[in-house]
Amino acid sequence: MTPVPTLDATDRRILKATASGLPLTPHPFEEVGRWLVLPENEVIARMQAMQDDGVIRRVALAPNHYALGLSANGMSVWDLADDQADALGAQVGALPFVSHCYLRPRALPDWPYNLFAMLHGATQDEVEAKRAELAALLGTACRGHDILYSTRILKKTGMRFAGEG
Amino acid sequence: MRATLPPDALDATDRLLINRLQDGLPLTHDPFAPVARAAGIPETEVVDRIAALREIGAITRFGPFLDAEAMGGAFCLCAMAVPADRFDEVMTLVNAHPEVAHNYERRHKLNMWFVLACERPEEIADAAQRIEGQTGLKVLRFPKLKEFFIGFRVEA
Repeated sequence: MTPVPTLDATDRRILKATASGLPLTPHPFEEVGRWLVLPENEVIARMQAMQDDGVIRRVALAPNHYALGLSANGMSVWDLADDQADALGAQVGALPFVSHCYLRPRALPDWPYNLFAMLHGATQDEVEAKRAELAALLGTACRGHDILYSTRILKKTGMRFAGEG
Repeated sequence: MRATLPPDALDATDRLLINRLQDGLPLTHDPFAPVARAAGIPETEVVDRIAALREIGAITRFGPFLDAEAMGGAFCLCAMAVPADRFDEVMTLVNAHPEVAHNYERRHKLNMWFVLACERPEEIADAAQRIEGQTGLKVLRFPKLKEFFIGFRVEA
């Protein structure tokens, strides 16, 4: 495992202040600095350092899939030969209709699949077509696959920050 | 909100902003300058349009995306095969654990999928074992071994 980057109290204040979003002004980091009584260049330098460390993946816009017509999704799962899983996983993750892509351990005999890829489309038929496209891409390295559609959200809570009270 | 917006809700400039701003913003004094140039509008209009897009529900948020694991947390996807006649009872037991961050019913023999979120990695096994003890059902654990770079973008 990679070591956890150390965040100090000021870093955490910046993350907390921006957790619900950046202020929508032409100079958002200056505004965050005003909130926290920090110079703009310190806000930027700290956010850049956190981005370099991977704590911040990127500062960006999150579209609402449903509003933009991507209403269907399914968790596709694949049993890939172990010696090819890394290379194929990278190809799958780079596809424009895959929103999450992970290697996970199998749980034999209940569960033979080691690659998980969340597929999105306008309809379930479109998701199935993408699954077929993926199956063709993976070819004989794939020994079996399935897709799991969600039928109900049973619980959804925001992630809590580790180390936050 | 799960409804699709009417096709005329967004104009070409809105679509350009949604498409471009899914990629990371530069961390600078004027981070909207490049996209404003591309759209041919002032930076003030870029931020006003982002606010309006949020207002109509075309976007869910605009800001830093955090890697919860890099923040020091531990996470594990888990699944259970819950008999249909016990589903509600088991759901109540599982959801009562504060470590269960979200939980989905899925169409499969393994019909309950949830994520455990803990402060430290060793707490994952504890939480899974407590759920097994309470429900008498096996909790399969699927920790992330590797995450692949994601090219996913929603085309507006």
